[in-house]
Amino acid sequence: MTASETASVIAIHNARVLTPAGPLDTDLTLRDAKVHSLSAGKAETHLDAGGALVGPGFVDLHCHLREPGFEWKEDIRSGARAAAAGGYTAVVAMPNTSPAIDSGHLARFVADRGREVGLVEVAPAGAITMGRAGNALAHLDELFDVGVRLFTDDGDGVADAGLLRHAMEYLAERGGVIAQHAEDPGLARGGHMHEGRVSSRLGIRGLPSLAEEVMVARDLALVALTGVRYHVMHASAQGTVDLVANAKRSGLGVTAEVTPHHISFDHSRVESMEPDFKMYPPLRTEADRAALGRALHDGTIDAVATDHAPHAPYECEVPFEEAPRGVIGLETAAAAVNTALELTPMLLFERMSVAPALICGLSSQGRWVEEGSPANLVIFDPDTSWVPESFLSKSQNSPFRGTKLRGKVLMTILRGCLTYQASS
Amino acid sequence: MKHLLSMADLDRAGIEELLDLADHFTEVLERDIPKVPALRGATVATLFFETSTRTRLSFEKAAKALSADVLNFNPSGSSLSKGESLKDTVLTVQAMGVDVMVVRHPAVGAPARVASWVNCPVINGGDGAHQHPTQALLDALTLRRRFGKLDGLRIAIVGDIRNSRVARSNIDGFTALGALVTLVAPPTLLPLEVNSYPVATSTDLDSILGEVDVLYLLRVQLERGSGPVLPSLPEYVARFGLDRRRFGLLDKDAVVMHPGPMNRGIEIGTDVADDPRALITEQVSNGVAARMAVMFRLLSGRGQP
Amino acid sequence: MQTIPVQVMDGADVRRAISRIAHEISERHHGAESLVLIGIHTRGVPIAEGIARAISEFEDVHVPVGELDVGFYRDDLDHRPTTRLGRTLLPVDVTNEIVVLVDDVLYTGRTIRAALDAISDLGRPAAVELAVLVDRGHRQLPIRADYVGKNLPTSHQERVTVRVEAMDQEQGVWIERPQS
Repeated sequence: MTASETASVIAIHNARVLTPAGPLDTDLTLRDAKVHSLSAGKAETHLDAGGALVGPGFVDLHCHLREPGFEWKEDIRSGARAAAAGGYTAVVAMPNTSPAIDSGHLARFVADRGREVGLVEVAPAGAITMGRAGNALAHLDELFDVGVRLFTDDGDGVADAGLLRHAMEYLAERGGVIAQHAEDPGLARGGHMHEGRVSSRLGIRGLPSLAEEVMVARDLALVALTGVRYHVMHASAQGTVDLVANAKRSGLGVTAEVTPHHISFDHSRVESMEPDFKMYPPLRTEADRAALGRALHDGTIDAVATDHAPHAPYECEVPFEEAPRGVIGLETAAAAVNTALELTPMLLFERMSVAPALICGLSSQGRWVEEGSPANLVIFDPDTSWVPESFLSKSQNSPFRGTKLRGKVLMTILRGCLTYQASS
Repeated sequence: MKHLLSMADLDRAGIEELLDLADHFTEVLERDIPKVPALRGATVATLFFETSTRTRLSFEKAAKALSADVLNFNPSGSSLSKGESLKDTVLTVQAMGVDVMVVRHPAVGAPARVASWVNCPVINGGDGAHQHPTQALLDALTLRRRFGKLDGLRIAIVGDIRNSRVARSNIDGFTALGALVTLVAPPTLLPLEVNSYPVATSTDLDSILGEVDVLYLLRVQLERGSGPVLPSLPEYVARFGLDRRRFGLLDKDAVVMHPGPMNRGIEIGTDVADDPRALITEQVSNGVAARMAVMFRLLSGRGQP
Repeated sequence: MQTIPVQVMDGADVRRAISRIAHEISERHHGAESLVLIGIHTRGVPIAEGIARAISEFEDVHVPVGELDVGFYRDDLDHRPTTRLGRTLLPVDVTNEIVVLVDDVLYTGRTIRAALDAISDLGRPAAVELAVLVDRGHRQLPIRADYVGKNLPTSHQERVTVRVEAMDQEQGVWIERPQS
């Protein structure tokens, strides 16, 4: 069922609804892609939430749908199915496709395809530089005109500070967000995992936290200069958290995201040498992991973003050093965050839905549930445990496979239509 | 014990069990017929994705002394260079019927991945800068023969430790057996976070010469490790090479070891290498016994559920 | 499973059996020249030493005693992981000598077969004979002992245990029968 079909009237019973004033145990009725009322009315479809949370559908600021160009890993359809299964009603698709999304028509292709698939709202991000090559600015105007609001060369950082400054000055004026994949090429060169005690024992060349911190620090100086809105992607180190906290205190328009795997694992997991634990930025120390969790809790880090990075199974059946970087995460994100941290329901949804929607400017997403709010919802049971073994994504490279997680997405609703329903 | 992938997987008792087995095999190798039928009918496959003649020959000799058959897989002439993945390659070899695989590979963790794909035991013949467990076993065996035990033995490992799998395995092996290990190298060649290792460190070879029982020299590696980590080769030789002068400063009972192949005149002086206190040839012959012990240990009881 | 050990030979019985075997060996070979006793690990070794000592008491000859571990010659390695190995040590070259293999218990015969393979790798004896303290029957190969301390018919469920003073605190032979 896709959300492009005419939505029927749906009544959801027995829900703990997350309203602007807080959780409320009630029923609700959906009609015409909106929340019609916080009560059970006449409806064609009745769903029982079984006491689970009903809140705004999750919004992922950072995922790789791989289409166009890398469809053996994932495509917009399979990625959207995975997203809906993870409770997402909107995702920001990263532009490191082939070709890269550096022009308006390419962004339009991704958005149109997402609408056609109809399982999740796909908001394409635009590249900062042409081809993501870091040499010349992408067609920022065109991209902005077709609705792109988040700009990144993700997969790489923009190393040329002068070029980045131009992009920032331009977008500060037009109103977009610069999102940086912070990886200093010189410091990161040849590294496969966090540079530390574990990489030393394994004899693997490491990636120091400094490779991320140095670029973030430099960028923040440019942010202070240009006044652009700036978003730190996949924060992985305590130093980065400190930089973001300072920047916020100084009043800079800075936001940050963290992935579920960075608050769940540390570099000791890499000892297994399994590529399911290889990503950029790498898993770092226990102290970093704990600092990231605290920062997500207190709001220094605003949002959870999956950095869902599918790689086909055969691409991962290689030695660790040869494996591609990245892991999938759409289907396990909410459960992983719920398992790793003690977050109240309101705080969980704030980080996974409300804040991300604000950051990327999706006005019909991330809205607390009340009469008239958009029917982009997820029904999430925070208490049930499960063990992920296989995934709807085309790729299976998940560090959570075989791990017991607490919290399960029961149903996802986009524009008043059911896009996912858990079996049993 | 299903595989031998890392010295870190063995505790003291496990190491000593293998060394005891190796002693038995040394006796076998000294017989007129230096062969036992223990692994008759078994096939040992060597998969060396990194050039090495001496280690591969040592494994081959060990397998043959156990009456096993040997299949040597050499990547340069094989389908791996035609793009077949590592996984497909090892599954193909497995399908031919092998009972144990010895894997050497330039990527850290490759033998571990192979072990996850195949049913038979896997021996790590050296993976990147990570581990070379059979080398550590033969080194421990050599020292046990020479000194009776390793407890309290003062061992200095000298050279490019950061990029050395021999060093990592020996640090695990020597310390497990109670030896006191010091790493000697210029700062760029000591491992990162070296304080987390159970060793002492020094950047001055001359200062420790009179206080060691064993000087373990690593070869200067020109093929592993990228970029200019040594200021210059002559400077390394001047500061860390074991020349005749330095050799003379060693305790009279101290010995010198080297995993081979030696760069004569670089990390080890040419006449030092030939001195009776250099145990290099013993290391090589002990290598066959040590590898016999590992293969025998991994394959006995293999038919058990 | 409960087992009850029943002693079938005490320390003195074992001593007498060893002494008798020593006399039989000496009688068959008209003395004990050119004989080598080789004990199979573990308890065959002290029994071989016991036989050599007994022979030296009534013959003016010192019979060399060797040790043999057959761990590397077993044909059932697949199914039995290695137990502790003993050393193989021959005091003399066995070529042209008469070797008397000595073991504590003769059962299926597979250990002796392995020992014969090992001996033939170590030299070319003039002849090989076998002395055992206990023969419990159930041969799976055409192997027989030349000298037997005691014949002990047993079933497969039973376990025969031999202890010798030189190694254990006590000396004797026990059968453990499973309680039905």
